[in-house]
Amino acid sequence: MIDAQLLERHGLKPDEYARIVTFLGREPNITELGIFSVMWSEHCSYKSSRVHLKTLPTRGPQVLQGPGENAGAVDIGDGLAAVFKIESHNHPSFIEPYQGAATGVGGIIRDIFTMGARPIALLNSLRFGSLDAPGTRRLVEGVVAGIAGYGNSIGIPTVGGEIAFEPSYAGNPLVNVFCLGIAKASDIIKGVASGAGNSVYYVGAKTGRDGIHGATMASAEFDERSAEKRPAVQVGDPFMEKLLLEACLEVMQTDALVGIQDMGAAGLTCSTTEMGSRGGAGVEIDVSLVPQRETGMTPYEIMLSESQERMLLVVKRGREAEVERIFDKWDLHAVHIGEVTTDGLLRVKDKGAVVAEIPNRALTDEAPLYRRPMEEPEYLAEVRKLDLDALDGQRRLRSSDQDAALLMLLGSPTIGSKQWVYRQYDHMVRTNTINYPGFGAGVVRIKGTGRALALSVDGNGRHCYLDPYRGAMLAVAEAARNVACAGARPLGATNCLNFGNPERPAIMWQFAKAVEGIGAACRALNVPITGGNVSLYNETDGKAIYPTPIIGVVGLLEHADRVVSRRFQKSGDAILLFGVGRGELGGSEYLKVVHDLVRGEPPSLDLDAERALQGLLVALATERLIHSAHDCSDGGLAVTLAECCFDTDGMGAEVTIPDAGGETAAALFGESASRVVVSLSQAHVPAVLQQAAAASVPAQVIGHAGGTHLRIAVAGQTAIDLSIEDAERVWRSAMERYFVRRVA
Amino acid sequence: MTFGVVVFPGSNCDEDAFHAAKDLFRQDAEYIWHKDTDLKGADVVILPGGFAHGDYLRTGAMARFSPIMSSVRAFAERGGPVLGICNGFQILLESGLLPGAMLRNRSLKYRCEHVYLRVEQNDTPFTSAAKVGQVLRIPIGHGEGNYFAPPDMLEELEANRQVILRYTDPNGQLGDEWNPNGSVHAIAAICNRSRNVVGMMPHPERACEALLGGEDGRMIFESIVSEMAVR
Repeated sequence: MIDAQLLERHGLKPDEYARIVTFLGREPNITELGIFSVMWSEHCSYKSSRVHLKTLPTRGPQVLQGPGENAGAVDIGDGLAAVFKIESHNHPSFIEPYQGAATGVGGIIRDIFTMGARPIALLNSLRFGSLDAPGTRRLVEGVVAGIAGYGNSIGIPTVGGEIAFEPSYAGNPLVNVFCLGIAKASDIIKGVASGAGNSVYYVGAKTGRDGIHGATMASAEFDERSAEKRPAVQVGDPFMEKLLLEACLEVMQTDALVGIQDMGAAGLTCSTTEMGSRGGAGVEIDVSLVPQRETGMTPYEIMLSESQERMLLVVKRGREAEVERIFDKWDLHAVHIGEVTTDGLLRVKDKGAVVAEIPNRALTDEAPLYRRPMEEPEYLAEVRKLDLDALDGQRRLRSSDQDAALLMLLGSPTIGSKQWVYRQYDHMVRTNTINYPGFGAGVVRIKGTGRALALSVDGNGRHCYLDPYRGAMLAVAEAARNVACAGARPLGATNCLNFGNPERPAIMWQFAKAVEGIGAACRALNVPITGGNVSLYNETDGKAIYPTPIIGVVGLLEHADRVVSRRFQKSGDAILLFGVGRGELGGSEYLKVVHDLVRGEPPSLDLDAERALQGLLVALATERLIHSAHDCSDGGLAVTLAECCFDTDGMGAEVTIPDAGGETAAALFGESASRVVVSLSQAHVPAVLQQAAAASVPAQVIGHAGGTHLRIAVAGQTAIDLSIEDAERVWRSAMERYFVRRVA
Repeated sequence: MTFGVVVFPGSNCDEDAFHAAKDLFRQDAEYIWHKDTDLKGADVVILPGGFAHGDYLRTGAMARFSPIMSSVRAFAERGGPVLGICNGFQILLESGLLPGAMLRNRSLKYRCEHVYLRVEQNDTPFTSAAKVGQVLRIPIGHGEGNYFAPPDMLEELEANRQVILRYTDPNGQLGDEWNPNGSVHAIAAICNRSRNVVGMMPHPERACEALLGGEDGRMIFESIVSEMAVR
């Protein structure tokens, strides 16, 4: 009997239920209700976000696959494609950090190899509350160990990423995982079921009761009872996935496959429905044939289980034995569980008896679509006000003590070295990693081509909290800039949109503005969005996270050996600054760390200037004119310069920077966008200045590398004088100091 | 000469070892599936890194039962050169082809980073191109590389000069802070008594190209290639 209580448990609203009854022309049974509830959940249907996502630029001559498939793909020459996507596993990671993060890695890897691509690199973007809270440290340890445990075991290097700490994520951490794979462009395989009579196969781990309603969980807010949802988190088995990966790639070498899809959110339900829907066909399966880990599972449970490491394949009729043989070799069991039909229905049988019959269309294209009300949040008018003069009475530091301010920034976990984290990740397996994590964008060479790909994931929730439109633009610009700093031409992007409850107009407004900002920046910088993921309801006890769009950008280096990293290379090299500092302290890490303020407007962004800058960086790297490049972001120019000195065996720098038209701190720590510090041999300075002028990129020589200290003068006055050894020690221990244990 | 790279389910450095042998050192190379018993005419056998059979029980504990291992054992007993890298080293220990055992890293965490190694012996087929005392910079990537042997076994290992590489500082000096996993006697690599079977935790195949951050791992491959050319 379906009543209001049952509907609520399934996260379905009364009007949505009425829609279901209209579609079916009858009341659904419990299995059908479960199927509708997961397919119409926010997580699977994108019902609140779809109208906005449609506005994103998704096309370009380089785009081989845009949104709508398991992952996007761009052309990287030589007949090869870079296949990539980012996905969130926020909610599961909060409930069970290790398994939540591990299965997030497993899920995104499956999305990539499902497309026929060999996964070759992982990145991640993580957000936590303050490390001072013991609960946060437990979450960080668990999430990092989970990512490491899965990625290391399956043998895909984690080559980069970013982590930030803000109290707004204390009750709702973000775990966004990005994966990149390489495929022959002509061999990309899609998640389609077509050809009546073709066989539907189930391969991989057995189905258990784990993860039932995971998609529904990811579509609701958290409260104090969330810990009770632990059974909805799945357990990962990287060994099983390694076998699946190798076996599936081997099967794809034959032409026996019609389509393939992994069983991620909403498991068997989502894979059967989406494959049928994409192929304009129906799928009929018998759940009694599905390998089961537990006894007495109902059709409802089998259809909704989110057990990990499972794939659904459609195999050409008559080619079944060939496919089964390959899975046998890997000790995997491929089970024939149904057929493709022509009727456009998802038909589920149990020992021959029909237990669910729903038009695919009703579950996918006809899922509810909401144009939710939006309203500019009230807090904005207040937090955008920033009066630096008013700070004077309550400063924690004398305004002259810039050395102390810089050390505070370098020692803050958001800016400090993440070595404690990435040392736990195998970042070298597959012997392709050229730029290691922490050295700028992650860079992997493409064996057999002489080329390489640069990857970066970026986003600043604080900027988006203060201005979601500009904050989102800045995220796209930073990710693309990081890739360009490595010497790579940005080709495409993927986004992971982490927001609060979309049923609240203020959150929906943030979402819409952020999507607008992403669209504007992607169009201007020519990086189309090829796919991604939306994670809403990131709230605990009614408190939302900062709106946090994370952007992943993939760029191409024509010459792998011309890659550029952040580190100064040679003593005596000239240091140049591209771009202009406007002393913008709004939303900066400086205000946060030194003055405990989250206020002001995030830095302005001129997209034309940004595009010119990125073009210049790629040209200079290609012509081997620069030795290092590092963008100015968190902590401003002073932190950027310090980071250029780190990991160089203590090489310092002596620079003079212009007064940014305000106090010294604004020149040192302001986060004006579209700025990059490069180093180069003195002989190349005139040529580089000339090229910059031709590209209309403001450029000036600000000093030279060398010595053992970082000395920064602002408008002729010494503002910073620190030994690199001391500064680097503070920076290196910023995160590690929270996790130090007894030394054995 | 032909390198045979054994592939267990869960091996993940098999392609890297193959790439080094075939593309960088221009030798013949063959993958050898763990269910086979034929070494495909390999002159050298490499057991690569990874997580064979998932390593859920104990590293290398399942792999030693793979059919190929009896052929590897016979090959080693005939004097054939066998190199176990990382998980391959763990498998050699579990198979009894090398003495001792691996514990979890002292930090209880997986560690991936470059380390410094001092060459202790160069009368093995995998270190013959090195000078004794030479320091190499090669990466590690493991969670269980804390080599352990009871005191009498350790004494025997040292007496027989079976310790091949030790973790040191960049100048070849021993020091606790330079030992990344807590191994006894800072042991990074050992050989068997007849010196043809070598197990090492560091990954030489990851340090064969300047583009990837270092070339010190070439020494291991150069040693075996020139050894075999002489034979």
